Amino acid sequence: MTEVRVAGVGLTRFGSHPERTGRDLFAEAADRAFADAGVDRDDAEELNYGNFMGALAEHQGHQAPLMAEAAGVRCPATRYESACASAGVAVREAVRTVAAGDADVVLAGGMERMTNLDTGGATEGLAIAADDLFEVRAGVTFPGAYALMARAYFEAHGGSREDLAHVAAKNHENALPNEYAQFRSEVSVEEALDSPPVAEPLHLFDACPITDGASALVLVSAEYAAENDLDASVAVTGTGQGTDRMALADRADLAATPAAVDAATAAYDAAGIGPADVDLAEVHDCFTIAEVLAIEALGFAEPGEGIAAARDGYTTADGDLPVNLSGGLKAKGHPVGATGGSQIAELTRLLRGDHPNSEHVPDAEVAVAHNAGGTVASAVVHVLEVAE
Amino acid sequence: MTDEAESGGSAPAANAGYDEWLDALAAEEGYALVCPEGHGSLPPRRVCPECGASDLSEEPLPAEGTVETYTVVHVPSPRFSDDAPYVTAVAQFGPVRLTGVVREVDGDGGVDVDGDAIEVGSAVEAGVGERETDGGRIVVFRPMET
Repeated sequence: MTEVRVAGVGLTRFGSHPERTGRDLFAEAADRAFADAGVDRDDAEELNYGNFMGALAEHQGHQAPLMAEAAGVRCPATRYESACASAGVAVREAVRTVAAGDADVVLAGGMERMTNLDTGGATEGLAIAADDLFEVRAGVTFPGAYALMARAYFEAHGGSREDLAHVAAKNHENALPNEYAQFRSEVSVEEALDSPPVAEPLHLFDACPITDGASALVLVSAEYAAENDLDASVAVTGTGQGTDRMALADRADLAATPAAVDAATAAYDAAGIGPADVDLAEVHDCFTIAEVLAIEALGFAEPGEGIAAARDGYTTADGDLPVNLSGGLKAKGHPVGATGGSQIAELTRLLRGDHPNSEHVPDAEVAVAHNAGGTVASAVVHVLEVAE
Repeated sequence: MTDEAESGGSAPAANAGYDEWLDALAAEEGYALVCPEGHGSLPPRRVCPECGASDLSEEPLPAEGTVETYTVVHVPSPRFSDDAPYVTAVAQFGPVRLTGVVREVDGDGGVDVDGDAIEVGSAVEAGVGERETDGGRIVVFRPMET
């Protein structure tokens, strides 16, 4: 197996760019990634591109060739779709392609354009990640699905809205210095508790925003990095993916995410590490309860104990295991088809020491990215390590 | 079954298997598909999603289900724009769970907007009702007198 390195990362500012086309957003991210990598874009051998709802948001299918043009690469290009894990699976396939020796340079990432839709349109677009016949027709929205999980969690393990509000407050605080974040504003626990309900028990500040944005990574083989004298100090040492029953109602436990356990187990095994070795993580906190479920699935907390992690300071910036130092989906924003790539971009910078929050993790060597689709019917986990 | 098409969406007009299942639920003859191992699932199915068995039989749903979780939805999708706020719940009925919208005990029109009619553990019966917004058919739960 060939060692896979992250040669460069690129993001757009996450936020509201209703006038910007998807092709322009991805072009910006890709341009930054190639510049960060110091890699000639002509060397790209594949483009793996994540996008979820472009057919609805931009009336644009078949986006991969369009994005190859926008990025200035001429190579096989494929769009990957796994709802909010679209970029995660795009990156994973890029990692596997380089690890297998099939390519030395792959451009991977994703884009989502969402704010050009009204709230109803965006709500409908996100809802199609659920089972249309048995969930969406019964009124399940994306926040509603996670609300069903939150109440099930409270019933099984205890916990409160206040515990969840600590997750929101933590991630907003982490986003303050992040120049790519949508929200660079503090939210107190009290403000989060007092925000209006979206799908009870979840309120507005339990939810990530609607976001436009793109992410891009230049992944290369260690050999290519050495031959071209690249500064590519972060390696992707593990990748894993899990799949669960599509509809939440069909899961044995409504308050657990076994697809993420499967993805984490595979990624940890590939990297030869365990959860105790992890120094920091970016997890898929599309809703505050999702961060709780994620850290339990990743083995950072026992089932039922993840709910207290933010409140107790375990996952805060200065805690034992900082989670979502970027601000997470909650405050950094969630352009769904780009998120999985952006998590790895953030972790790469945090490990390299050139992220505004790197000061919180000066000795970190191992990081984990957790990207989920739907109510975690899809999950992708990557392990990143400082290689040199 | 043209209700989805009339809603302006791109959903197909008919969904064989699902539509017949909804017809049966409306006639109080709801069923689950059950494999020889006892795993329940909902149609259309060719194999059991848990074990792959292809020998699936239609078994009547019990009259009473138990609410396992629920949410009060305030921000709806367009198909539910006139329904919000509304309560969506997940309830166990024998070998399967159903997801449905909670309606009050008395009458078809009464919508439980506060989630006061049920709690986790409440007994409910399942039937078919209509969305306020567009008349589309939906699974509904009604709390049972206990």
